Amino acid sequence: QEKEELIEEWQPEPLVPPVPKDHPALNYNIVSGPPTHKITVNGKECINFASFNFLGLLNNEKVKSAAQASLKKYGVGTCGPRGFYGTFDVHLELEERLAKFMRTEEAIIYSYGFATIASAIPAYSKRGDIVFVDEAACFAIQKGLQASRSNIKLFKHNDMADLERLLKEQETEDQKNPRKARVTRRFIVVEGLYMNTGDICPLPELIKLKYKYKVRIFLEESLSFGVLGEHGRGITEHFGINIDDIDLISANMENSLASIGGFCCGRSFIIDHQRLSGQGYCFSASLPPLLAAAAIEALNIMEDNPDIFQTLRAKCERIHKALQGISGLKVVGESFSPALHLQLEESCGSRENDVKLLKRVVDYCMNSGIALTQARYLEKEEKCLPPPSIRVVITVEQTEQELDKAASLLKEAAQSVLN
Amino acid sequence: INHIVHNGGLYKRPFNEAFEETPMLVAVLTYVGYGVLTLFGYLRDFMRQWKIEKCQNATEREEQKDFVPLYQDFENFYNRNLYMRIRDSWNRPICSVPGAKVDMMERVSHDYNWTFTYTGRVIKDIINMGSYNYLGFAQKAGPCQEAAAKVLSQYGAGVCSTRQEMGNLDKHEELEKLVARFLGVESAMAYGMGFATNSMNIPALVGKGCLILSDELNHASLVLGARLSGATIRIFKHNNMQSLEKLLKDAIVHGQPRTRRPWKKILILVEGIYSMEGSIVRLPEVIALKKKYKSYLYLDEAHSIGALGPSGRGVVEYFGLSPEDVDVMMGTFTKSFGAAGGYIGGKKELIDYLRTYSHSAAYATSMSPPVVEQIITSVKCIMGEDGTTIGRARVQQLAENTRYFRRRLKEMGFIIYGNEDSPVVPLMLYMPAKIGAFGREMLKRNIGVVVVGFPATPIIESRARFCLSAAHTKEMLDTALKEINEVGDLLQLKYSRRRLVPLLDRPFDETTYEETED
Repeated sequence: QEKEELIEEWQPEPLVPPVPKDHPALNYNIVSGPPTHKITVNGKECINFASFNFLGLLNNEKVKSAAQASLKKYGVGTCGPRGFYGTFDVHLELEERLAKFMRTEEAIIYSYGFATIASAIPAYSKRGDIVFVDEAACFAIQKGLQASRSNIKLFKHNDMADLERLLKEQETEDQKNPRKARVTRRFIVVEGLYMNTGDICPLPELIKLKYKYKVRIFLEESLSFGVLGEHGRGITEHFGINIDDIDLISANMENSLASIGGFCCGRSFIIDHQRLSGQGYCFSASLPPLLAAAAIEALNIMEDNPDIFQTLRAKCERIHKALQGISGLKVVGESFSPALHLQLEESCGSRENDVKLLKRVVDYCMNSGIALTQARYLEKEEKCLPPPSIRVVITVEQTEQELDKAASLLKEAAQSVLN
Repeated sequence: INHIVHNGGLYKRPFNEAFEETPMLVAVLTYVGYGVLTLFGYLRDFMRQWKIEKCQNATEREEQKDFVPLYQDFENFYNRNLYMRIRDSWNRPICSVPGAKVDMMERVSHDYNWTFTYTGRVIKDIINMGSYNYLGFAQKAGPCQEAAAKVLSQYGAGVCSTRQEMGNLDKHEELEKLVARFLGVESAMAYGMGFATNSMNIPALVGKGCLILSDELNHASLVLGARLSGATIRIFKHNNMQSLEKLLKDAIVHGQPRTRRPWKKILILVEGIYSMEGSIVRLPEVIALKKKYKSYLYLDEAHSIGALGPSGRGVVEYFGLSPEDVDVMMGTFTKSFGAAGGYIGGKKELIDYLRTYSHSAAYATSMSPPVVEQIITSVKCIMGEDGTTIGRARVQQLAENTRYFRRRLKEMGFIIYGNEDSPVVPLMLYMPAKIGAFGREMLKRNIGVVVVGFPATPIIESRARFCLSAAHTKEMLDTALKEINEVGDLLQLKYSRRRLVPLLDRPFDETTYEETED
């Protein structure tokens, strides 16, 4: 009767809204062949300034032959999660090597870089807990926080005064309700080198705040692992901090180690919990052994050649200096950060137009042999959307001539497009 | 309840699914068993607290002892007192390709499973009934492995960039076109991790103001994806179409809970084969309901792609339906294709939308090239495009193995859950002590099985789960069946009160798959 009518009348929205054909994220760049130092994008041969291949290990022969040996022994897939015959001896070896390299007690491996921090945070922080997180945290951290259902408090990027203010407010709240405060866990989540801004986080001050207000620190080191520090151990080595002061370090192996997947390391007390409650670990197939073998070999190379980190940092400084003073574009990021952003000095009004303008700069450079890309974000999903920018990535394989060429090409592009 | 359903022409073949009820005595004894374990657990915790017994857990740092404790004591109660005792049945490390037979590293524990040491010995040739190797593509030699090796030497192992930036290789485009052709849909998109495919794309499809109807026993990735999307979630009883229809009717008639506004979209989340139950979704009825109530269907074929259907194209082909009726076809490459990753297939508008707005395309690294090549070669093999009939033979071998194995186990008197055609075979154990005993006894006899208990299953319904593979020969199955029979008698696992009359051993039931000419 009237129920039937209601069912007849109801019209749902279409499953997906149509996407305009010229949407910038719809048309992907097609890379033919390996995405290494010399890359063929859309048919043009270019020097690669867009892949996060910091230590140049993507094309390394030793890494490839280690992966080949593993492929011959184990095949490709693992056909199961870690709990059900998916644990191979290469996984155990990789976990041991990572723990030894980072000088922690234990490490745990995930098969997908994004899932690493997104599964680690909800394993510890539950509904009712409080997490203080930097505004410029990457999307994976935001998804982990959303999955944890905790109270999120954002503090301004790298602003320790703002963080202290929030911590003090929380302290006064605690004094009103001490029983609740005794069971509410608190965490600070920061990144070593921020992907969205290229800045470094002030870790020594954070450690002081940690002990003063009794908060635990989770550090996400995807960009700084294999880049900062004398031996590439990341931001803790860079600042000379005792690694046990950080509760959990999470990183993905897709940048410096040129493999796939991610890992978390820390004390056994903390890491062991993830083996039963990390969703991306328990309910998902384990990392293919050939990728684990490639990561082990990459670690070997990192340990044997500790001077590549210094070389990389020198190259970063060089291009950072060379890119200063381009009219219309400003460089965002630390001088030793291998992933920089070039943002427009003045926006033209709307984000869409900014993106179109930057695309013309990128196309100019690609036509002349330098492969660049714009930093891609999901505009509606990010909590604090960064302004549109061009991502410039520096790797050890780039020679000084290529760095200079890139800098001068960007100057030309900016001149012709923005003026 | 055992039922065979023909249901007025919706089903073109008999649908035999059975979940025999737990015998009352067994249920009572199981509760008693858990009760005893809990009591002992409290006793030991008490002794640990009063330092009578040594505490072997890892503990917090001295400097951080006055921080708020990271774990609640009760949360870990189950972990410390029940899981630790039988922990050696899980996380068994292997050191060979996970095919039909596997080599395992031997490990012993001298302190009741708190720590393990590896003796250095390798137990060889364990019959592997635990890995998801349905079509036997986990091989260390053969055309797939050779192709993957060539691509590895050309492209390297990693990619170091996201799909939308610089990580979209020509290999990925080739893979997506091939997957779309295999499934019979307009276009497809591939991702690096099956779990992430669900948890990152469901939020892109639905949001606040939409309704998700999800099956009771859906996988953790579907549940996480549904939660992250922000939509309202309602759960219907497992595979129960009346429950689903009732929810659909109520949703459309009453609208959103407080405002009474109509829902923007309704999405039904189901899986092809449910891995803990071994049941197959009632797809013809779900599609009929979906059309009647104008909702959208998201089908997760993680276990069923490659494993069901006369040519391995999954549960849609198994029921003889058209892939156009399913709005979003999702699946993984880990199980039947011997690789890693997931895919989503559907209409071109859907895939274009996902290319732009999927979380994974914008922020996560794309798939590794040798893995992509393995998938391409195995899909071509299943479709028969590599010039051999190996693919077809494997699909048929799997169907034959499934029927044979299930029938023999039922004849022996075990309680087996699930549909007769599903290659996932859960064998009920119920009691907590038998979980550990079954796993260990089977390992002593050189057979590797997977046992599952709480929290993956309801607390009294622990089970052992066998995953059949096309790589298992009849001899291997017979050996396994003999050992299971022995262990079943030893541990008194033959609970079934319904005895099937043993058939004369016919190797292949000709009526299983008729050749369909399109």
